[in-house]
Amino acid sequence: MKQILVLVCSVLLIAANPIKDRYEVGDRATDFKLKNVDGKMIALGDYKNASGYIVIFDSNTCPYSKAYNQRIIKLDEKYSNKGFPVITINANEGSGDSYENMVKISKKKSYKFPYLIDETQEVAKAYGATNTPHVFVLSKDLKVAYIGAIDDNPRNEAGVTKRYVEDAVDALMNNKSVLVAKTKAIGCGIKWKRG
Amino acid sequence: MRKHLFIICLLSLGFKPLLAQKADQIKLKELQGILTVPKEQIQVINFWATWCAPCVKEMPLFEKLNSENKEVVVTLISMDYDLDPNPEKVNRFIARKKLQSKVLILAETDPNSWIDKIDKHWEGALPATLIVNTKTGKRKLVQKELHEGELEKFIKEVSN
Repeated sequence: MKQILVLVCSVLLIAANPIKDRYEVGDRATDFKLKNVDGKMIALGDYKNASGYIVIFDSNTCPYSKAYNQRIIKLDEKYSNKGFPVITINANEGSGDSYENMVKISKKKSYKFPYLIDETQEVAKAYGATNTPHVFVLSKDLKVAYIGAIDDNPRNEAGVTKRYVEDAVDALMNNKSVLVAKTKAIGCGIKWKRG
Repeated sequence: MRKHLFIICLLSLGFKPLLAQKADQIKLKELQGILTVPKEQIQVINFWATWCAPCVKEMPLFEKLNSENKEVVVTLISMDYDLDPNPEKVNRFIARKKLQSKVLILAETDPNSWIDKIDKHWEGALPATLIVNTKTGKRKLVQKELHEGELEKFIKEVSN
């Protein structure tokens, strides 16, 4: 009898909690440990003094990544010393997005933030990253506070009217709720391994 | 000789399909029309851009479908406008690849305000393909590069 009860309960619990295939705003993200361009392994948990995180799925080759490259560097300059480090991750398959080329780009652009390789694509899948650059702003306890684009104008930084990521981080810093917590943008689909 | 020239002129005038099409720019409303106004044929709408390598790779599948299957209408919607509003790059691409399927440029800014209006499940990543049976409203959204045989399977799925 007890066994049946356990079985029924598990079925009910599983039915009530369908496995989500991506994070939504408010979900608790899991930490990861990925290899940086300097060869060291990096986890969010390594940042003992962080008040939150700006996790960006990026690419070496995507024109949107290129358009946003300087803006990502500026985000890091503005927020890393305020407790919100920028952590970029490349999950794309393909030679242009190889680890070797990641190392080259981070040197050429003098990245002061990590550029991690997600070789198995498991982190990108767990987060539900779909395009590049795709931003996930997390609070200190890894709660997802914002998912989406950096701002509303990829072509022209001077024409930006909504700074989604800055607004989200500013809200977190001031213990306010994030007004625009999810946005969508046209972008390069992450190049998944086949199968 | 003059006779030959005359014939060449006539031939070139008569063979309009040999000239590359120029892509029309459309607004969201017109795209929504393609997705919803009931038509006999299944609508196969591919969202692509000249800079998108996997889009370019899968494009021959759409061209083949367009020439071989008259039960469907293939429309290639260029999303280049977001990064480059000048249609020249798209038109040069059409000429170089000799594209026969209908190409349209979605000329809208601020994608966050309209991606959900195309399909609420679409994240905005390219390539993406929508296969729509406008008579029943049945639709299939594919958010990845397509491979041989997959289009036919998805068309069957929305046909019944």
